Amino acid sequence: MTNCSRDIRIHRILKIRSMDKTEYNLLSEFAPQLRTRTNLGKTWMIILITGILIGLFGLYIQITRGHIVTGMRDYVVWGVYIVNFIFFMGLSYAGALVAGSLHLMQTKWRKPIMRMAEILTVVSLMIGPLFILLCIGRLDRLYYLFIYGRIQSPITWDVIAISTDLIGCLIFLYLALIPDFAKLRDFQDLNVQPWRKELYRLLALGYQDTPEYNKILKRSKNIMAAIIIAIAIIVYSVLAWIFSVTLQPGWHSAIFGPYFVIAAVYSGTGVLIIIMWLYRRIYNLQAYITKEHFVKVGVLLLILAAFFGYFTFSEYLTKWYGSEKNDSLLIDKLFSEFFWMFIISNYLGVILPLIIMGIPKFRTINSITFAAIISVVALWFNRYLIVVPTLETPYLPIQDSRTEFLFYSSTWVEWSTTLGGIALFCLLFTLLSKFVPIIEVSGFSDSKN
Amino acid sequence: MSENKKPNKKKSRRNFLNSSLKVGASALLFSTATSSCKKSGGKVKALTQDGKLIEVDQNEAECCAPATPEEARQGIPNRKFVMVIDLSRCRNARKCVEKCQEAHHLLPGQEFMKVYLMQRSEKTSPYWFPKPCFHCNNPLCASVCPVGATYKRSDGIVLVDNERCIGCKFCMTGCPYNARIFIWEKLETEEEKNIEYSPETSIPVREGTVAKCDFCPDMIRKKQLPHCVTACPMGVIYFGDINEDSVTNGEETVSFSELIKTYDGYRYLEVLGTDPSVYYLPANSRLFPFERGLEGLDDELLERYKNTPYFKNKKHG
Repeated sequence: MTNCSRDIRIHRILKIRSMDKTEYNLLSEFAPQLRTRTNLGKTWMIILITGILIGLFGLYIQITRGHIVTGMRDYVVWGVYIVNFIFFMGLSYAGALVAGSLHLMQTKWRKPIMRMAEILTVVSLMIGPLFILLCIGRLDRLYYLFIYGRIQSPITWDVIAISTDLIGCLIFLYLALIPDFAKLRDFQDLNVQPWRKELYRLLALGYQDTPEYNKILKRSKNIMAAIIIAIAIIVYSVLAWIFSVTLQPGWHSAIFGPYFVIAAVYSGTGVLIIIMWLYRRIYNLQAYITKEHFVKVGVLLLILAAFFGYFTFSEYLTKWYGSEKNDSLLIDKLFSEFFWMFIISNYLGVILPLIIMGIPKFRTINSITFAAIISVVALWFNRYLIVVPTLETPYLPIQDSRTEFLFYSSTWVEWSTTLGGIALFCLLFTLLSKFVPIIEVSGFSDSKN
Repeated sequence: MSENKKPNKKKSRRNFLNSSLKVGASALLFSTATSSCKKSGGKVKALTQDGKLIEVDQNEAECCAPATPEEARQGIPNRKFVMVIDLSRCRNARKCVEKCQEAHHLLPGQEFMKVYLMQRSEKTSPYWFPKPCFHCNNPLCASVCPVGATYKRSDGIVLVDNERCIGCKFCMTGCPYNARIFIWEKLETEEEKNIEYSPETSIPVREGTVAKCDFCPDMIRKKQLPHCVTACPMGVIYFGDINEDSVTNGEETVSFSELIKTYDGYRYLEVLGTDPSVYYLPANSRLFPFERGLEGLDDELLERYKNTPYFKNKKHG
């Protein structure tokens, strides 16, 4: 026993001395980001905390005064909250699919962006469900989902799927983090608080950069990558089925599962590009995240934009061509009251990324990021168009004396909690990127060569 | 063909109702008297659900003890309730809506029963369409409920247990008829705090939960008709038991199958496959002109119909 641990210790010392030069340089480069507090960073934190406080205030108002403070009413029973829920869940799906498939395919250029995709997955998976909780009238009874849960209900499917997905994605992220924790543990020049060093040591689980350890780790990562791809498809389909199992004219559609999956990866890839752009600028990662990365992920965005456009077209073409009465009412609504939103989400959101990515001349880092922003905004509106207009055109025409019940209009409470959610998303992302290097350090040199 | 049939149809309906009154009278399910709670305090014998004979206080048996949430999950044995709404008689008097709101302590605007102005197409005539919960035999609302707060009973009634409901509103999107309402804010009165809740009475409603028409099983247990049935001055709404094949509007009791057969009864949006328990008799040979339903409506009520094709066409033509 003692022999064994001594062997490991000797091995570790040797290992540190022989630590890969690139990795050492990388660590020296990333270490300051883990501890320094710049003015920009401080301001950013203050903004985020203010955002969260505004969100909490909105939440407090909603809890004390009831759901009457939201724009949701008897016909449009779900609003911005469910849109945000679908949106954030979509981001997580993209992270899972991009990270998982890039890993499985052993893509050479994936290393610098893998960590971002993995963190995006986990953080958005934590934020998304918060928004569905805001839709629930009786949060005090939330545990009924477990004590009275019925497997027939798609909500139960969702609870099972999301929690499985979260666990799966956490494991995948953690597996990728283990070698980096070990590097941070072994890195002598790391100037952080002692508790953090201790935490790195604990989290590294005694990992050593030996072939045996790496073999186990690689195998586990391969398995988890395959699992999270599958789970993510299931999670997002289940989410779509919450809508499509109902008989509502705009929702009762067989393609909703795959449509949601594609839309999810599309918006998530957009957010990934935005994150790449931000960290490249703020952390000066120009040497690691190059134009090549933007073009590669941008091409993925192009393919997804085409798929998304194709699904959207199929969905609305069949509704319009068949012109069933309720479908026609919905289409009429989309092309009148919601026209500008329809233009942004289903025209610009498809065509602009296609043009920017489709013509090589336009492919610059900034224009690719612009296309990504368009796709993200478009996809938020796309979800809004799926939820709200459908609920405003039920089978029985809405005839109600309460005018505020006729149409949905979101309130400041809904927007403040949305702001809080976005701020919390950014905060968790920032904190995680302060705790671990935003670029996977271990094995970096292998993939670069 | 149908044009020729029309003139004597009204007459035939009356004849039919007269003849079937005698048939149905023997199977009379409900006492039509409006008196409810007798303060006698005597003991009566009652059969429990597991078949035991017990003696209970008459007050308790008849009115004072609403079914607990657990009891309310069991249907009334051997019953299968059904409603028939005769659209030819409805003149939008709104008495069903008002009585229902009063009985269920609802606010103005909160309606378990809604009266729609319907028109199949531009050329066809408009009609008034009272719409309760359809108590579907294939209720999507009950299927999608994640906690079993809404359920289908053996007697056909679909209820909501607002002590179980978590307020996810999935049932509201699941219901294709918008039969459900959500309680958006807390407006519980002092008086309501002392009421013992029962899914069969649906009072008091609770903030953050869903509520809907319940077919008044509390009234049925008291051998009385649902509030909307007794409140209607035109006898539009028939309620009864499909097992006994009889329905009554409080004045006349008729054979359900004969009624549906003779007047070509139908169910709304049959195509959706929800298998509703509410049938409609079409609005032909009507007792009142459609416009009578607009008389005496206040502006607020008129406003809700202003967006209907009927009013839009009227404005243009």
